[in-house]
Amino acid sequence: MEHNNNLIKMANDIGAFFEAMPDQQQAAKDAASHIQKFWESRMQKALLAYIKTDGDGQLKPVMREAIKSLN
Amino acid sequence: MDTISLHDTDFGTPLRTSETEVTLTIDGFEVTVPAGTSLMRAAMDAGTQIPKLCATDSLEPFGSCRLCLVEIEGRKGYPASCTTPAEAGMVVRTQSPKLAELRRGVMELYISDHPLDCLTCSANGDCELQDMAGAVGLREVRYGFEGKNHLAAVKDTSNPYFTYDASKCIVCNRCVRACEETQGTFALTISGRGFGSRVSAGESQQFMESECVSCGACVNACPTATLMEKTVIDAGQPDHSVLTTCAYCGVGCSFKADMKGSEVVRMTPWKDGKANEGHACIKGRFAWGYATHKERMLNPMIRKSISDPWQEVSWDEAINYAASELRRIQTKYGTDSIGGITSSRCTNEETYLVQKLVRATFHNNNTDTCARVCHSPTGYGLGQTYGTSAGTQTFKSVEHADVILVMGANPTDAHPVFSSRMKRRLREGAKLIVIDPRAIELVNGPHVKADYHLQLRPGTNVAIVSALAHVIVTEGLLDEKFISERCDTEAFNSWREFVARTENSPEALEISTGVSAELVRGAARLYATGGNAAIYYGLGVTEHSQGSTAVIGIANLAMATGNIGKEGAGVNPLRGQNNVQGACDMGSFPHELPGYRHVSDNATRNLFEKAWGVTLRADPGLRIPNMFDAALEGSFMGIYCQGEDIVQSDPNTQHVTAALSAMECVVVQDLFLNETAKYAHVFLPGASFLEKDGTFTNAERRISRVRKVMAPKAGLADWEVTVKLAKAMGYDMPYNHPSEIMDEIASLTPTFKGVNYEKIDRLGSVQWPCNDETEEAGTALMHIDHFVRGKGRFIITQYVPTDEKVTKRFPLILTTGRILSQYNVGAQTRRTENVRFHDEDRLELHPHDAEELGIQTDDWVGVSSRAGETVLRARVTERMQPGVVYTTFHFPESGANVITTDNSDWATNCPEYKVTAVKVVKVMQPSKWQEEYKTFNDNQIHLATDRVIGAALSAGK
Repeated sequence: MEHNNNLIKMANDIGAFFEAMPDQQQAAKDAASHIQKFWESRMQKALLAYIKTDGDGQLKPVMREAIKSLN
Repeated sequence: MDTISLHDTDFGTPLRTSETEVTLTIDGFEVTVPAGTSLMRAAMDAGTQIPKLCATDSLEPFGSCRLCLVEIEGRKGYPASCTTPAEAGMVVRTQSPKLAELRRGVMELYISDHPLDCLTCSANGDCELQDMAGAVGLREVRYGFEGKNHLAAVKDTSNPYFTYDASKCIVCNRCVRACEETQGTFALTISGRGFGSRVSAGESQQFMESECVSCGACVNACPTATLMEKTVIDAGQPDHSVLTTCAYCGVGCSFKADMKGSEVVRMTPWKDGKANEGHACIKGRFAWGYATHKERMLNPMIRKSISDPWQEVSWDEAINYAASELRRIQTKYGTDSIGGITSSRCTNEETYLVQKLVRATFHNNNTDTCARVCHSPTGYGLGQTYGTSAGTQTFKSVEHADVILVMGANPTDAHPVFSSRMKRRLREGAKLIVIDPRAIELVNGPHVKADYHLQLRPGTNVAIVSALAHVIVTEGLLDEKFISERCDTEAFNSWREFVARTENSPEALEISTGVSAELVRGAARLYATGGNAAIYYGLGVTEHSQGSTAVIGIANLAMATGNIGKEGAGVNPLRGQNNVQGACDMGSFPHELPGYRHVSDNATRNLFEKAWGVTLRADPGLRIPNMFDAALEGSFMGIYCQGEDIVQSDPNTQHVTAALSAMECVVVQDLFLNETAKYAHVFLPGASFLEKDGTFTNAERRISRVRKVMAPKAGLADWEVTVKLAKAMGYDMPYNHPSEIMDEIASLTPTFKGVNYEKIDRLGSVQWPCNDETEEAGTALMHIDHFVRGKGRFIITQYVPTDEKVTKRFPLILTTGRILSQYNVGAQTRRTENVRFHDEDRLELHPHDAEELGIQTDDWVGVSSRAGETVLRARVTERMQPGVVYTTFHFPESGANVITTDNSDWATNCPEYKVTAVKVVKVMQPSKWQEEYKTFNDNQIHLATDRVIGAALSAGK
């Protein structure tokens, strides 16, 4: 549980950077790309699994969009 | 062995450069030199050494000893050749009966007040006074010792590394000038007048009581035994010298290891070393005794559980045990259940091999380096904006800077040799902007003062950078030509619109940063319009939740003002450890192969797959903090840790130790039983930088050789250990010498294509990129005509306050840092006499906070955060701002990282060491963690001391 909270926080930290970008569609793509490039598969899978069961309500909007392309 | 001359040629006065040349005649021979060259140096160029004592080529001429007199046709008198510039058509005589008489007279006077103990003198064999007596033909001293003299002067032995023997001083001023010109500390002076003149440290104090920083510049400059290394006094003069590179900070100073057989007698800075140009600091110059410290662990050891006593075994037994355990773990928990970490204290070749081991033998990308916890945001930020992760300049470039902006760095303590070069430029008139929560020495030093000190609240770097950018954009200070030619227009327009918003004005952000808008506006105007402006930054920028954003913001500032791609400007990350740059270059990060190429890039991966004969993974591996999380989850159970002490250096110590305790096989390779080794199951003895060949890459991208001056004390160099471990795991790495590893790196990495040992040996050093498209020695200045990525990319940097906020429970902010005499986790420097300069980590706090909390200097104070609690002694100082406290992390028992949290940079997971919300209270006893640490540590020392010899373990749990 603690680990999942940490992943959500890390994802939202990424989102805090990208949500300032003028083109939010591109920002979501860039945020997704960031996770793909830097997060090990266990982390990506854990985040996706958490969202599947608990929903993406805790995520910033830009990350909700980003996560869609990780599925 | 590659030895070099023990004694460098001394040209007497510094090299001058000029587009104008002058031709003159010296002793009948024509010589042509750059205008401004002294007659002394011109004579050296013509092959004639003029006798000298007060002159040396590292210092400006002084003209006091009167030994270097010459005759110039058509001129009266006997001018000093050191202070007389060569002029066209001059006819100079360096020898004549009159000159000989004058010089003998001068020498006679010197010797009349000098002890005649040459045979037993520590400088015997390396004494310029003795040499000059011979050179001038001194045959008698008519003045006895009956008159007043200094022969009975008391020797100052207070400094642990050198002595000051006033009886041998000839008052040549070289030490005083070295302290001023080379080091910039001004700790020495000549006290008294006439006969009473003597070198004096501070206000006629002992050296240890003065402001002397023990850089050794005075000792280097001294022509006699007046200032002498204690090691030379003990051992005698060295018999050979080997060129190598310092194993401390990212300046990467070149040193001569002066040797007697296989014993180091002293380390002297190499005058031709481009990073340091003959200068050093207390660490590199003197603090190398750890290499032979009695606590070195020299035998491999294994144990099944960390509660078991260690068993001392052969190399093969230890390596086979480690290999079988790591393979067992992979079989049980999966391929991705193990990984490797290297330290930035390792050579390029060693870090390259460990990432190769992980990728080719572990078959995953779980490789990381301690750059994760320091400069990984530099990699991300400069990569995104400029296209590569590296400082843009040489250190020498600072000589051309008109404005120097130092942000989140304290070069006086952490990069002292570069600091000296910077201070020299500042004394010449360059302007200084310091952005730092603390009043670091540069802000208000005795000889250097900041024009602007933006004393921001910790965690608000991005706000300050945005505010500076706002001023530059809205006051029309942009370098529009540079931007339109060199940068991506669309990205620039977005950025300009963003920073121009009122919310990013200095006035709007003042409430967050705590810095007055007026100061920010002044600093921005100075940076943008003051001429060549160079930015130097350190971990005070990167070790934040917005570390990467701040690096991007800095890169934006340099592009916006055209301060990139030219001398005296640029963006310069000051790397903490000696090979941070190299460790990053070598593909140590889990997401990229050597040369900063992502593992998902098929062409790059195919290249390495072909060379290594394996299939490589295209998905990124775990970063260090992720490894800890995975360990606690039960999916990461084994680690090979080369040279890095993650327990002491990484944040949230209790989280790290819990993770290590959860692992089934921790392999530590180190010089000492470090804090991480106390959680290890396999200990592999490391080799010090004196015991192996390799290369380090400093903050200028300069690749320099590390040369073996003695055999590895434990029998194997570190690279050989990794090769053995790979072989035991079924993968051959058939290298005979580290040069072959570099050849492989060069063959696989375009930016290193032109790097090889033969070239480095010949040129002294090279700077990457170094290939067919660069100069032979590589690239000194980056991004001259275009950025590595093509067009420079401005990126919006939204300030996001850190989650580490002050609360009623934790009302203060802790920030951490370093001190001059200690290095990183202190494993090396704590085992030297440097502990006499700093023997414990202290908590610094402002007098206002101290008064409110009832705390005085030397009181014990408890510091607690949401991560943990420790107890330190207090130091009340106005260097701090109210509300902010500070400590260092050089001693394990201090537990500085027990308090720091796992909050980290959004892009790289670099920990936010610089901002932790804490509570500080006066206490009377150690913290619970410290009590537990003492018990654990005592037990682990006992388990190592009482180790069993020879009984091998069988693998498997």
